[in-house]
Amino acid sequence: MRTMTYGEGIREGMRIKMLEDDSVLIFGEDVGQFGGCFGVTAGMFEEFSGDRVKDTPISEGVIIGAAVGAAATGLKPIAELMFIDFLTVGMDQLVNQAAKMRYMFGGKISLPMVVRLPGGAGVRAAAQHSQSLESWLTSVPGLKVVYPSNAHDAAGMMLTAINDDNPVMYLEHKAIYGVEGEVPDTIEPIPFGKAKVKREGTDVTILTYGKQVYDSLAAAEKLSAKGIDVEVIDLRSLYPLDLDAIEKSLIKTNKVVLVTEETKRGSYIGEIAATIAENFFYELDAPILRVGSLDTPIPFSPVLEDYVVTSEEDIVNAVKKLF
Amino acid sequence: MKLNEEKIIGMYENMLKIRKFEEKARDLFAEGKIPGFVHLYLGEEAVATGACANLNEDDYITSTHRGHGHIVSKGGDLNLMMAEIFGKETGYCKGKGGSMHIADAEKGILGANGIVGAGHNIAAGAGLSIKYRKTDQVVICFFGDASTNQSTFHEALNLSSIWDLPVVFVCENNGYGISLSQKLHQAIDDISDRAVAYNIPGVTVDGNDVFAVYEAVNEAVKRARQKQGPTLIECKTYRHRGHFEGDPTVYRTDEELNEWLEKDPIPRMEAYLLENELLDQGQIDGYYKEIDGLIEAAVEFAENSKDPDLESAVRDVYSDIIEGVR
Repeated sequence: MRTMTYGEGIREGMRIKMLEDDSVLIFGEDVGQFGGCFGVTAGMFEEFSGDRVKDTPISEGVIIGAAVGAAATGLKPIAELMFIDFLTVGMDQLVNQAAKMRYMFGGKISLPMVVRLPGGAGVRAAAQHSQSLESWLTSVPGLKVVYPSNAHDAAGMMLTAINDDNPVMYLEHKAIYGVEGEVPDTIEPIPFGKAKVKREGTDVTILTYGKQVYDSLAAAEKLSAKGIDVEVIDLRSLYPLDLDAIEKSLIKTNKVVLVTEETKRGSYIGEIAATIAENFFYELDAPILRVGSLDTPIPFSPVLEDYVVTSEEDIVNAVKKLF
Repeated sequence: MKLNEEKIIGMYENMLKIRKFEEKARDLFAEGKIPGFVHLYLGEEAVATGACANLNEDDYITSTHRGHGHIVSKGGDLNLMMAEIFGKETGYCKGKGGSMHIADAEKGILGANGIVGAGHNIAAGAGLSIKYRKTDQVVICFFGDASTNQSTFHEALNLSSIWDLPVVFVCENNGYGISLSQKLHQAIDDISDRAVAYNIPGVTVDGNDVFAVYEAVNEAVKRARQKQGPTLIECKTYRHRGHFEGDPTVYRTDEELNEWLEKDPIPRMEAYLLENELLDQGQIDGYYKEIDGLIEAAVEFAENSKDPDLESAVRDVYSDIIEGVR
């Protein structure tokens, strides 16, 4: 075992694949000598050369579009968008091109491409650099969407993402890049569609992912002191989704709280809640609860941002409602 | 430029193939046999033909919503094309794409495209791939005049220019973006002027002259293969039909259409062939007969093909996940 940060885990996953497969390359804004806006690609330009770690102009459309063209013609590109918020600029290339080409063309074109999408609030970056937009992606057939929460998952899921023949949206939470975690000496691919139980409990299940895994675990400790035994599941992979893990936990706890940093309205956890209601209603003995950010843009003022964004306290309060 | 006889006749045959395919598509649409809508390439045959005559099988193209001519010119199979336009399971895309989404990865056809301007960036990506893999392939990116107002045009030309990507940007300026004439959609006459902004060569040619198109693209393809970067070529042409079949074309005059019908690339090519004694009228008639036969066979293939199996609707979304059926 060794220790590395979440950001280093992402980098390590990319490094491993780049060392073993020449067709893997990275491009995006300031990913080269600058090392990426959050330092995730630091040192890779020097290790792999500017041909494989390429700085692009500030042109999000062509960053994604070029990944599509490169993936369709034999490469395995990793495209980095500096902030997930900038996806709006490249959305056509992602939704109308990347997600649909295999289907529209009768299965005859594969797009083995990864798009790295740093999202999330908490760094006082205001409304256009703080969003959580996973539901924009999970609602698009043709995309896979993953959201690792720690260094080991980040590395292992990056291997799987690069190996995948489909466009994989690899979401990262920018507020946890520096969080350290244990990583095995040999990193194996972590399959998509497999959730991870982060804390076992018998009274209520929290389903979450990304940064809210940490908030949920902290909330679970507080609730434990009040006699509520919380199970926390890190979904890790949003699509495909691990319904088996959800069912297994609900059979045990009979209660579920879904936690996201997305605005509650329209968030992906609403879709998960509906799926639970359709499939596991008879396992439940309480309403399904959702915890999300307020339905506003992310404000700049630290006190306002902290008020708007999903917090540990919000999770504690939601769980308490069920008891 | 001196072209050999075989090349010239091959280009003629290709133009006629497109013409006949599109006339048949027009008639079938009028008869209600083709679902959805179709955008026909009638009148623009010299552009795709002259451009693709410079390509090898492993070169790439990106196409547009008006893509049949590009697909034929890059070696697309007429049967599979026609079946796709009919929405049949034997079609290029198993009936999931239709007229606007025909692709053939094995022939380097990276897809027709329903989004105006979307091909530019995909072409740049294919160019990046070629450069990265160090092959001498090239990409031709076909697009219309109106797409040069999309951000993708700027993004792709800029990227291709700074990275010296082997992409030939071939603009088919047919004078209209749907109903809006070029004069109303941009403040320039020659789209090739925009090459200046990317410090790349830009030329404008008569898009109804297959030789002019061939030569301009030939030069650009040579540059691209020699790692000298992209070129912007504007081919001025005209679509004989509306934007789509059924378009009442109230935005243009009969006089304008007639002027361009006078410049129809096909009779023009035939006059050249006769004048230079490359073919006689009997041989030309022979090509008509032969190609009519190919088109009839394609229609028969399409009509005799089955509709897709309903369960196929949930396949090909992913390589490895099949969603549940209803």
